[in-house]
Amino acid sequence: MTGTDTMIDDARALDGPLHIGGVEFVSRLIVGTGKYDTNELMMDAIRASGAEMVTVAVRRVDLDRTKEEAILHHLDPGEFFLLANTAGCYTAEDAVRYARLARAAGFNEFIKLEVIGDERTLLPDVHATLEAAKTLADEGFKVMAYTSDDLITALRLEDAGCVAVMPLASPIGSGLGVVNPYFIREIKSRLEVPVIVDAGVGTASDACITMEQGVDGVLMNTALAAADDPVRMSHAMKHAIIAGRLAYLAGRMPSREIAVPSSPTEGMLD
Amino acid sequence: MTRDTTIEIQLNGKPRTFDRTHTVTSLLEELDLHPGMVVVELNREILERDRYAATGVSPGDAIEIVHFVGGG
Repeated sequence: MTGTDTMIDDARALDGPLHIGGVEFVSRLIVGTGKYDTNELMMDAIRASGAEMVTVAVRRVDLDRTKEEAILHHLDPGEFFLLANTAGCYTAEDAVRYARLARAAGFNEFIKLEVIGDERTLLPDVHATLEAAKTLADEGFKVMAYTSDDLITALRLEDAGCVAVMPLASPIGSGLGVVNPYFIREIKSRLEVPVIVDAGVGTASDACITMEQGVDGVLMNTALAAADDPVRMSHAMKHAIIAGRLAYLAGRMPSREIAVPSSPTEGMLD
Repeated sequence: MTRDTTIEIQLNGKPRTFDRTHTVTSLLEELDLHPGMVVVELNREILERDRYAATGVSPGDAIEIVHFVGGG
């Protein structure tokens, strides 16, 4: 957050911080670091988004060209809270392995648990996710679990000890927005731990509508990285997340399918 | 430390031959990798950084060296 951005500061003063696993965040936007054309563009976009928590993936070092890939050459762990993910894992065993590797990097105990069950939709394998979540929570990990918009799975993940449950808005990288706001609201109303909507947001209105469901935050990557102008889109998303949050807290007027005049009906001229 | 032996290991999924013995520390040096920027898995077990210097690389070892890259 830039100290001179008084409009943002004023808006955030009307909202409380976000607590996840004992850590406090001002921003309710969590961003990924994948798919940017350059690392410079990525850093400009992340800074513009105002996000404090930033996801990274664990991969083999490419021994032929080490310098370009290592994201920590660009992303300062002192400036951002790193959230390593288990993206690309299709089994609980693999996800646990990746999580342990991520923790051994020595930054924190947090892991974005993601176990994919289907290549076409990238929908999560919720059984494997639950199994891995139990194992990792037992090992002291602070698990933020990516999951479907299924209430029962969300409840089980909370029972398993996850510090946040992260239902999808729509499939990863699809940009379809929230396809089932009812289930997202239901999950939020039933869980004690923070609910972060992860994946599927395409543009600012999607982010705003997602936050209007009352969830605690949104995690996005492609919506920023694949925009024609990622830095502009990051600014837009920052505002959209705050707008949606405040609209939720403010409590919207009832919608009705008939007009009601805003000006007095009394005192009209003859 | 140098011997007239070659050592073949599986390094990040590929066979790789070294013409000298290595500890994990010297292996990372030869690969031009900063120990603080990577995590090493030796035969499916994570090797904590304080063990790099004392851990020798043996023929047939499977070593994985990973790091953080961009991801969502």
